[in-house]
Parts: sequence; C-alpha cells; structure tokens
Amino acid sequence: MPKSLSSGAGQQPHDHLLHRLHDLQSRFLHIPPLEIAPLATELDLPVSQVESVIDFYSFFHRSPRGRFDILFSNCTSCGGLTLMQQLCGLLGVQPGVTRADGMVSIDQTSCVGMCDQGAAVLVNGRTLVRLTAAQLPHLAQLVNTATPLDEWPADWFAVQDNIRHAGLLLNDTLSAGDGLRAAVQAGADQLLAEIRQASLRGRGGAGFPTAMKWQFCRDATAPEHYVVCNADEGEPGTFKDRVLLHSYAQQVFEGMALCAYVIKAQHGFLYLRGEYRYLVPSLEATLDAMRTANLLGENILNQPGFNFDISIVLGAGAYICGEESALLESLEQKRGVPRVRPPFPVTHGYLGQPTVVDNVETLVAAVHIAVHGGEWFRAHGTAQSAGSKVFSVSGDCTAPGIYEYPFGISVQDLLEACGGQDAQAVQIGGPSGTLIGRAEFGRKLAFEDLATGGSIMIYSAQRDLLAVVRNFTHFFAHESCGFCTPCRVGTPLLRKYLDKIASGHGTVYDREEMARLGKLVKRRSHCGLGQTAANPLLDLLAKFPQVYAERLLHQDYEPFFNLDAALTTTRELTHRDDAEAHLS
Amino acid sequence: MSKIRIATTSLAGCFGCHMSFLDMDERLVGLLEYVEFDRSPLTDIKHCQPCDIGLVEGGLCNAENVHVLREFRQQCKILIAVGACAINGGVPAMRNHYTVQECLEEAYLNGVGVDNPMIPSDPELPLLLSKVHPLHEVVRVDYYLPGCPPSGDAFFTILSDLLAGKEPSLPKAMLHYD
Repeated sequence: MPKSLSSGAGQQPHDHLLHRLHDLQSRFLHIPPLEIAPLATELDLPVSQVESVIDFYSFFHRSPRGRFDILFSNCTSCGGLTLMQQLCGLLGVQPGVTRADGMVSIDQTSCVGMCDQGAAVLVNGRTLVRLTAAQLPHLAQLVNTATPLDEWPADWFAVQDNIRHAGLLLNDTLSAGDGLRAAVQAGADQLLAEIRQASLRGRGGAGFPTAMKWQFCRDATAPEHYVVCNADEGEPGTFKDRVLLHSYAQQVFEGMALCAYVIKAQHGFLYLRGEYRYLVPSLEATLDAMRTANLLGENILNQPGFNFDISIVLGAGAYICGEESALLESLEQKRGVPRVRPPFPVTHGYLGQPTVVDNVETLVAAVHIAVHGGEWFRAHGTAQSAGSKVFSVSGDCTAPGIYEYPFGISVQDLLEACGGQDAQAVQIGGPSGTLIGRAEFGRKLAFEDLATGGSIMIYSAQRDLLAVVRNFTHFFAHESCGFCTPCRVGTPLLRKYLDKIASGHGTVYDREEMARLGKLVKRRSHCGLGQTAANPLLDLLAKFPQVYAERLLHQDYEPFFNLDAALTTTRELTHRDDAEAHLS
Repeated sequence: MSKIRIATTSLAGCFGCHMSFLDMDERLVGLLEYVEFDRSPLTDIKHCQPCDIGLVEGGLCNAENVHVLREFRQQCKILIAVGACAINGGVPAMRNHYTVQECLEEAYLNGVGVDNPMIPSDPELPLLLSKVHPLHEVVRVDYYLPGCPPSGDAFFTILSDLLAGKEPSLPKAMLHYD
C-alpha cells in the first residue's frame, strides 16, 4: 500500500510529491534532473513514478522557464491570445520559448477560471485578472526591470466574486459551526436521513445522489475512511467553486466535516486546482480558525471520538484530475489517469479505502440542509433536481458572474438576468456539455433536461461558432491523459479535421469522416473526457450545420497539407529545382 | 464474366504486407479464378491501368510515393490502405519526431562511418517530404485494412467480401492483435 500522508494531516502536507515538485519548479524554474533521484528516495517513491508525474502535469517543466513565467488562458471567456501575441512582441519572446536572458517565458494554458473577469493570466502561479492591452507596456516594463510580483499594482491581482444573484446557499445567514452543531445534536443517522430527504444530488454535473454515496461509504468496512472535496474546477467556463472557496470556505470545510461525521472519516483532503493557488493562504487561515473553534481536530464540539482534519493538496494543471478517480490517483502522488470503475471510490478510493469525493457546492449545500432540514431544501427546484444551482455565467453578456437560482430555471430567463439575450448559442456545462441554439433557449437547467456543473458560456451573433468549437476540441486534445487509444489518438485527429475545415480546405468527405470518428471516440473512450470530447463538434453539426457548410470546398477531396511546400527543405538541401522536385 | 482486376504496390513500407498477402497460400489459386493482377510485384507491370481494386501498402515519404498513389487513385475504383504504415505512417513516420534536414544530415553527413559526406542530389532520386504521411492525407481512401501486417486471412476476407459485392467487414478476431 502506498505510504499514507496522514503524518502531515492537519497541515498542507509538505511530503506530498506535487508540493515538492511545485517547490522545485518555483526555486529552479524547472525540475532539475539531479533533484529527481534524491526526491524519490526521500519520499520512498520509484524514480519512474516521479519522472512520470513531472511529465504528466502542465505546470512542471524539464527546461527552465523565465523568472517571470506568464501563462495566458486560452478559454473562450477568459482567454487573451491576442494580448499574448502583443506582449510577446513587447518583450521580444516567442510563445513557449524562454527568452535568452532567462527573464521571461510566455505560453498559453487551459481556462484559469476567471471567465467573468478576463483576460486572465497566471504569473508565476499568481492570478492576474481584467488584463487589457493598455496595461501591457507597464507589465512589460515590470518584467524587464525584474520588479518582484509583490510590488506590481495590487489591483491587478484583485479577483472579484461578482455574485449577481444569490439564492438558497449564497444568501448566507449561517454562523461558523451551525451545521456541525445541528448534526451532532441530531446524530449521524438523522443527518444522513435529512440529506436523503433533501434529495441532494452531486453538483459537479453528474448528479449522483449524495445520501446514497455517503451511505455506501459508511457501510464499507475498512481501517480508514476519507472525505475528498473535489475543487479541481477545470471545466472551461466554470468558476463558482472559486467563489465558494473564497467567500464560503468555512462552509465547504464544515460540509466535509459533516460527511466525515456520517462516514466516520478522520482525514479529509481538499484537492485544489493549481490555478487557484492564490486561495491557499486564506483557506489555510480558515482551517486554522476552525481548529481553534474546535470545529476541526480532536473531539470536535466535545464529541468523544469525533476526530477529523483536512489537508489541502494542490494540483498542477491537469483537467483530467477533476474526474474523481484520476483525482484520487493524483492525491496518491501518481499521474492523473482515471481508474477502471467499478470498484467505485465509495468502497475503494484513496489508498484503496472507502472514500467520498464530493463537489465543493455539494458540501456547502449539505451544511444548509443540516441546519434547515431536508424538507426546506426539497421545497426548491424541480422533481428530480432539488434545491438551487450556482451558475458561472460568462461570455457575451452585460453582467458575467455568479447566479444562483432554483433548479428548473430556463436558459432564456438566465440570459435575461445576465443581459445575454442577443445570444445565438449557449454552451451549457462547458465543452463537455451541450451546445444549444435559440430554438432551445426554453429548455430548463436541471438534471432531467440540461445538466450542468455550472458553466454557462454565451455566444453572440458576432462569434464564429466554428472558432469556439475548435477551441474546445483543441482543449480536449491537449488535456487527454493519453491512457486509452481512442482518446489519445482520436482527439488530435478530430482537431486535425476541424483545423482543416476551419482553414477552408475541408470537403464533405472530411466532415463525414470527422463525424464518424467523433462517434467512435465517444463510444470507445475509457472515461468522460473522451466520451464527451466530440460533443462540441457533433452538436455544432446537428444544430448549426451551415457553419460547416459555408467553409467546405465543393470538390471531392483536398489533401491535408500543401504537397509542394512539403518538398521545400529537401529542394534547398539538394539545390534542385527541376520538374521532379515539385508536386502540383 | 471478365475477371476483377487488382493492382498492388508498396510505398514507404517494408513489403511485409505483400508477404502476408502471399500467406493466403493455396487460396490464391482459387482467387485467380476470379481476379487478375495489374501492376504488382507478381507481374512487374510498371504503370497501373484501369483496375477494380488497388491495394496500397506503406505511407508517403517522398515525391515518387505521391505520384504512384495518385496514379492508383485515378485508376482504381476502390482504393484500400493496407497495413499500419498506409493507415498511420507506421515505422517510417518515426522520423517525424525530427526535421527532414536532421534526418538527412545524420544519414549522409554526420553518421558513423560516412565516407565522402554529401547529401545526394541526383535528379533520379525522389525528394523526401518534410514528414511521412498516411495515404488518406493525400487522396481519398475507400477502405482500411489494419495490421502490421494484416493476416492472410484478413486479405482473403476483405477480397472475398468485395468479390461478393458486400461491404467488407472483418470479424473482431482479425482486428485483435494481442
């Protein structure tokens, strides 16, 4: 069995491989080869495992990045690739290539969860928001003068909550410990009964009944049980967990403690995406305050034997780690490759022990249910989707931000609330979700109709939907973990077909082959990433066929590349220019 | 009834698929009741005439490969990409991790034991493409026969299906390689 991290429980575990690699990366700007073997020895891990982890996560590098490593989000909402090109020009640097003096490197990264306040970049892991072209010369000057980040304008780093409409959860009147006090008064059986009565379903998007998950885990006999909060909010367009972790962190942790109370867990982990690293200090402070208030630690609220504490583990730029079994692998200091299920984490999770993995918002809802009861919660929402949902609204609307409404609200109503009525299309649930056009704006946001983990991305008539879908398809090809062939090979092929069509070189044949391949990738992939990766391009084909049709060439076939250009290098090397040295 | 005309060729391949084609063994004799060969290593015909089926092994690594493939596409009603290299580039495509310049310099200038180092420029030699490509990136391909190489049984099945006027379908056992 892998070594447990419990020695560091209660603190951010310093002996976790990911944290040690984060340290090395920030100290040396890469992972120096000579550090790998000693680290493996110290952590009692195989060198091969350390090597594979370094290569798996986007935020670890084999060669040095700049002293200022600037990553631009490439999301359709918080992305700023035009700004990236401009900054590259100002600083004299190519994307992905560290400047010769070692001062700066610039590259792109997947959505950083700042979709309501883009353009967003990460500078040495710190989040910079609302970046505009006007700021770039100043930013370039700060880089060139090697000004420490702490001396950069503070408002550049001021992430706002942007809560536009609060509902059941965000209209918070609870005090710290209310949920736990109610729970220990009623007892674990009664708490579980209330969660069941509430019909609470997982808020990550899949909607698994929470009470059932807790019950399965509680019923599993094992030496240890674990609670894991999935705060790897990587689905582009999703940023509601960011707000919950910033302004409602106490409730997130209390929700974990409630779960621990039910399943009899002593240790919990908050798996936080690396992009939200800036939240760590405030989260640690919240944990400390809770320990002081006896809401975490030993004999919580003076209940003998109710011992529970929480550690924060920081991811390193891998979307796939939002998949719960990949997340557990990552917690176990391995590559984030999804496990074969069953067995499910509720019986065989972290270190093979029964583990509940819950979304951030689910845990917050559990606290409210503990205080107000299942009936109260059940009274809101729809038949199959009780309670409220916190939506992250971004894209082409006047007021992007956080909107909490009871389940069952129509897309149209949400669009009116945020000033997005001019939309031609909305992407529900992020790239892995559903693309809808105006004809479907009457549909309801609920598990029984349009399920979503919270991401609502709005696209006005000015947007090129093919560019949007191409962005999503590139995202999946980049984030594929590489474990199974249909996804590892299929997603880059889908990207290739879309690029060909987008560049005006596609034919009907390419569109048909792409659709055929898309269905294969969907059906044959190992996990949800591959099973949903073709959704955007297939949805676009079904709902906006003209977007493809107007790009297609009216001929039987067109090659994938310029054949004559493919001979350029060898023509030069051989000094040839005869007829045989060309291809038409 | 006139016979079905088949052409075969190997581009950037190893002829292993052709060897496997011969693994149809005595079934080849029965097959010859219905088919005749146009361009193929069996006939030594240099240019493909109008055919019913073209079997192409190997990917595209140079300009000549492109010319031959285009001739096959033009002359064959049905074009089949045969084997891993034709379908994905295969072993020759391992050079795609390097630039073609690096490859030529390693082979003709810097390699161990190279005598009189120079990159050959004889017009008789086809120029290398910058990367090795699978067939479907240059012409439309009708069917794919996977395998490295596809088994004799797989060749027999796809040809029998086509001769019977059926849509080719290989059973899972012929697509399962471990």
